[in-house]
Amino acid sequence: MIKVENLTKRYDRNIAVNDISFEVSKGQIVGFLGPNGAGKTTTMRILTCFMPPTSGRASVAGFDVLEQPLEVKKRIGYLPESPPLYPEMEVHEYLAFVGRLKGIPSADLPRRVAEVSERCAISDVSKKLISKLSKGYRQRVGLAQAILHNPDVLILDEPTAGLDPKQIHETRQLIRSLAGEHTIILSTHILPEVEQTCDHVIIISKGRIVAQDTVENLTSRLRGQEAVLVEVAGAGAGEIRGALSAVPGVARVQEKGSRNGLHAFEVESEPGRNVRAELARKVVESGWALHELRPVAMSLEEVFLELTASEKAEAAAAKGGRQ
Amino acid sequence: MKNIWTICRKELKSYFASPIAWLLLAMFATIFGFFFWNAVGYFVSVSMQSTMFGRSFPMDVNEMIIRPLLMNTSVIGLFLIPLISMRLFAEEKRQGTIELLMTSPVRDMEVILGKWLAALILYACLLGISLLDMAFLFAYGRPDWRPMLVGYAGLILQAGGLLAIGTFISTTTRNQIIAGAVTFGACLLLWVFEWVAGYETATWATVMGYMSVVRHFEPFSKGVIDSKDAVYFLSLIFLGLFLTSRSLESLRWRA
Repeated sequence: MIKVENLTKRYDRNIAVNDISFEVSKGQIVGFLGPNGAGKTTTMRILTCFMPPTSGRASVAGFDVLEQPLEVKKRIGYLPESPPLYPEMEVHEYLAFVGRLKGIPSADLPRRVAEVSERCAISDVSKKLISKLSKGYRQRVGLAQAILHNPDVLILDEPTAGLDPKQIHETRQLIRSLAGEHTIILSTHILPEVEQTCDHVIIISKGRIVAQDTVENLTSRLRGQEAVLVEVAGAGAGEIRGALSAVPGVARVQEKGSRNGLHAFEVESEPGRNVRAELARKVVESGWALHELRPVAMSLEEVFLELTASEKAEAAAAKGGRQ
Repeated sequence: MKNIWTICRKELKSYFASPIAWLLLAMFATIFGFFFWNAVGYFVSVSMQSTMFGRSFPMDVNEMIIRPLLMNTSVIGLFLIPLISMRLFAEEKRQGTIELLMTSPVRDMEVILGKWLAALILYACLLGISLLDMAFLFAYGRPDWRPMLVGYAGLILQAGGLLAIGTFISTTTRNQIIAGAVTFGACLLLWVFEWVAGYETATWATVMGYMSVVRHFEPFSKGVIDSKDAVYFLSLIFLGLFLTSRSLESLRWRA
């Protein structure tokens, strides 16, 4: 549905998007994850034909964004970071205007507006001025605007930014409910959002894609380098720590606090190695008491930090190497 | 075509939903009303004098009231046009709604034409108010309506050109005040350029004179349609709208 090849967007000095490629197939929800300024918005703006790329190609539903922008625009619903609303209009007026702009035949317009208002739970404010709406309602009117012409592709730039927890939950539900009919790309810098709403993640940092995979794969890929929580009693924390670190295959041991003589450690293994059995043996051989031993799943948050941090480390290393 | 109308309707609604349109209508009604009262008062006193001295001047309503009034209106237009055009794109940029317009399946030119047309229609509404005053002349006298019609056509052409320039200037900033101020400056310059041509005969002065809005409007106020004046205003319109479309295009590249 969406195909991006070697896309680059360069501003005067800095490169906002640097040679990224990805594909999104029909019906998927893809999360664009990255810190602020990573190039998420720029990529979305290129896909929506708001701005042209410096180089590379992008196509939506088989139409190139540079060559056939009108065809692309017909098939895209876009919610920019701040919803594009006219404060002096009433909600229904605004939706009717957007509908006409998107080329909905005037005979279908009232029905579409009513349907979409219902779906986005804004029917009760349809006669209100947009300037009088709360942030949550505005966001939903923005979303209604994006899905009004029933586009194949939905592009949502930080759809839950600035909402309260209840509204965030509702918005995510709404996005999930749109999944079947639409292909959705949403950007966010909030990790749970991706875990809860998306099938696929594209992690982007400093204009480059650092990882793209399904949410499960990405989490488990980093879990290949397993983390285990170990709770041991019977010796001083330092002593236990030393012993655990000495176990072959252990990459890192981190103290997680002690209470009542019970010391907790998080032990990270080298990738692809399961050190649980050896850890247990070591503890028992030393004559200590093993209270708990369980794997800790890495949350996407850690994956994200890991990926963007390792990229930083790499860059630093590359810089150091050059000097 | 449908898209142009969609944009134009929305733009007109915005004008009339905010105080700006009503304020402009009120201002124009007051200012034009004053000029009208002034012109008619002068006309009446002159005609009284001429009757008192027994001289029967052929008093011409067209020449003595309508023509100076149209000239005045042209100058009032220079002041009001920036107020009409300043919000067109600056406001969309400030609100971020420009992203909606530019990612909808409409051509840039359709957006531009829709907005420009809405501005022109608002200006035409202002002129409509002046017709109420003019109606009195027809009620109590027998002026010729044809030169007046030409004069109004000239006013619309002039506004079309200046509004096109104003639309372009509005795309260059997200601040309405700046857009308005710069447009006002441009309108003022296009007005006073003619003064140079009054005393200087060098080529550059002649060229500046040619660029003056007032010089090209004057024949219209007399009821004369000269193709070179019409061409001047039409080129101004084309230039303004062309620059606007270029500016929007560059906005995409820079955005």
